[in-house]
Amino acid sequence: MMTLPLFFFYLFSIIAVASALMVIVARNPVHSVLYLIVVFVNSAGLFMLAGAEFLALILIVVYVGAVAVLFLFVVMMLEVDFGQMRRGILQYMPIGVVIGAILLLELLLVAGSFVITPEVMSSSVIPIDNTMENTRAIGLVLYTRYVYLFQAAGAVLLVAMIGAIVLTLRHKPNIKRQDVVRQTSRKRHEAVEIKSVKSGEGL
Amino acid sequence: MNDLLSNYLPIVIFIGLSALIGVALLVAPFLIAVKRPDPEKVSAYECGFDAFDDARMKFDVRFYLVSILFIIFDLEVAFLFPWAVAFGDVGWFGFWSMMIFLGVLTVGFLYEWRKGALEWD
Amino acid sequence: MNSDITSFASLAPAFPEMLVAAGAIVLLLFGIFTKKERANGVAMAAVVLLVATAGIVIFHPAQGVIFNGGFIADEFARFMKVLVIGGAAFALILSLPSSRQHQLDKFEYSVLVLLATLGMMMMVSANDLMSLYLGLELQSLAAYVLAAMKRDSARATEAGLKYFVLGALSSGMLLYGASLIYGFTGHTQLDLIVDQIVMGERSIGLIFGMVFLLAGIAFKISAVPFHMWTPDVYEGAPTPVTAFLASAPKVAAMALLVRVVTVSFAPITSDWQQIVIFLSIASMVLAAFAAIGQKSLKRLVAYSSIGHVGFALVGLSSGTAVGVEGVAIYMAIYVTMTIGLFACILALRTQNGAVEDIAELAGLAQRRPFVAAMIAVLMFSLIGLPPLAGFFAKWHVFLAAIEARLFVLAVIGVLASAISAFYYLRIVKTMYFDEPVLEYAAVPRELTAVMGVTGFLVITYFVTVGGPLAAAARVASGSLF
Repeated sequence: MMTLPLFFFYLFSIIAVASALMVIVARNPVHSVLYLIVVFVNSAGLFMLAGAEFLALILIVVYVGAVAVLFLFVVMMLEVDFGQMRRGILQYMPIGVVIGAILLLELLLVAGSFVITPEVMSSSVIPIDNTMENTRAIGLVLYTRYVYLFQAAGAVLLVAMIGAIVLTLRHKPNIKRQDVVRQTSRKRHEAVEIKSVKSGEGL
Repeated sequence: MNDLLSNYLPIVIFIGLSALIGVALLVAPFLIAVKRPDPEKVSAYECGFDAFDDARMKFDVRFYLVSILFIIFDLEVAFLFPWAVAFGDVGWFGFWSMMIFLGVLTVGFLYEWRKGALEWD
Repeated sequence: MNSDITSFASLAPAFPEMLVAAGAIVLLLFGIFTKKERANGVAMAAVVLLVATAGIVIFHPAQGVIFNGGFIADEFARFMKVLVIGGAAFALILSLPSSRQHQLDKFEYSVLVLLATLGMMMMVSANDLMSLYLGLELQSLAAYVLAAMKRDSARATEAGLKYFVLGALSSGMLLYGASLIYGFTGHTQLDLIVDQIVMGERSIGLIFGMVFLLAGIAFKISAVPFHMWTPDVYEGAPTPVTAFLASAPKVAAMALLVRVVTVSFAPITSDWQQIVIFLSIASMVLAAFAAIGQKSLKRLVAYSSIGHVGFALVGLSSGTAVGVEGVAIYMAIYVTMTIGLFACILALRTQNGAVEDIAELAGLAQRRPFVAAMIAVLMFSLIGLPPLAGFFAKWHVFLAAIEARLFVLAVIGVLASAISAFYYLRIVKTMYFDEPVLEYAAVPRELTAVMGVTGFLVITYFVTVGGPLAAAARVASGSLF
């Protein structure tokens, strides 16, 4: 019965690779982003098969739920004629193919030698414990043993926050904003002035 | 390994079922709906006028800001899950390490707030 | 799976980092809760904070490995941290007089510089592939924002975008390399990786991992052939930001490179040596020839900095303690010269704005003799003429190369140095022998002070700081071997 997981593995990976191809082939950039979402979902499936449930679900929550939406915004924000950009593809194709082939070759070499030295699996600092669900396993080390990395991640997020605001926040001038304190503390005599107008004279 | 798959059997059935229903609802109209199109019926409709211009307009950069701020807090929440699951075992050390993390991001949140990044205009 | 942090006192080796982090957060809070924009006040506070941090690093060093092997504070880290903090503090001072013209008069600028400095200190102290990566990302992310901060300028935005895209690519390569190394050794901690290499045969996967890791770091130090971003980013970014990017982050990335290759890959020295020698020769030669045709002062400085990274790598190529000592001295002198040079560039202003063309320097010696003299001294030092500091920097690295019997490398280095003299001397010629064309604005006091300090250090290097610096560098490199 090893065939069922194998079936799912090939199902997810074939769809993932095919959609990844579609990401770069699709004419419409919005379709590319949608294919990217398919890649994410299938990669999440692969993580699931490898037993990494936490990563699989985070991939869906963060990448599909947020990053893909961001990509959609960015794609729609740019007024680029993508047909124009694609025109140079034949020119760059040979070098792209060469680089892709080299990377593939490297992956094969690496995968080939990995089979030869499997003993490193057991020499890890934190051995893999199959009896524990992996969200819990991450929780046990992330906040104590790896507290330094955890806080550093917090600092990186802070920089991302400041950076996004510094680079993109622009307030339009002359916008009337709600200011609750100022609005409710306003007194009648500041707002209205009573003038007695004599009849027949006007102001 | 098979054990793992049988754990996920309900969700696989669920996804299969929802895909089936989704596809069925898409396909059914093609098969059974009455189709008598004429030029007026299939033309684009915009409040009684012809469409003024292309619907694919440029998005405002403010959408980008909102979504990137959302991602940051999304990630912050992602860090909370393993913490909650292992809360009983990580002790006070784990508690305070999360409090410092949240504190740093709360400072970021205050910054956003005071900068007016949470307001639309 | 508990942390090795049992009390507050056991955090002592990381106190400088904690101080910078806390300071950045306090300044951020101060910035948002004060009504008026006091950008220069915040920048001054940041400088004071950096000086205090440097004080802790110099006078109260606590050494040790904490955070379960993720963080190391040793003599090497101490030396490099002082350079990084110094570079960042001086870059902040340089930005003070012209912050408004460069749209850097926001408190976020200082906060981002502080957070970048925190990232660089983490890089210098990284003892684990994960903390290495996080430090690098913290620094890079802040640097991308700084480069694009002048957001109404198309060139600055372009610089930020180029820097970001290529930087992200290099981070990706670095991560890929790190994951291969982890996969083939089962460790991310630098000093445990080396045990694994000693125990087992070196596998092809490990070599691939190392190559990718080195390629990623080579991007950050902008060594040829990973230098493409440097001229564009240096030219496009606001000049005070360029001063920052050219000084401190290079030191941090170089420190990272030195630590990774000497600690983790010591058993396979001959493998990484080839790569470092190639990077070194390519950087020196390309920079020497490419800088000749440059018309913009900032692009010229970019190529010059590529060349200097090449010279520093000559020291690392030897793979010995003497070589690392040379790298440490080289980076110290490089930072000093870079800061001084940017003080001069920032001082060159007319009523209409900054002067960035080399041709416009004509006759500077008659209009602003002090600035011209400082530029001339720095140019001679960058060439490596005795008795200026630049000569001793090159002397140390070439000495290490010759001791390691890398004669060809040393000869190419000296030749590249001679070629590069051409474009440095051309600037001196333009300043002193051409007819003046521009009227220059007055030089702000801060810049005069920085020029004075760096000029003094460069000229009197041999009699003042040279001895203590070499001694400190020897102690620093000793802690790695």
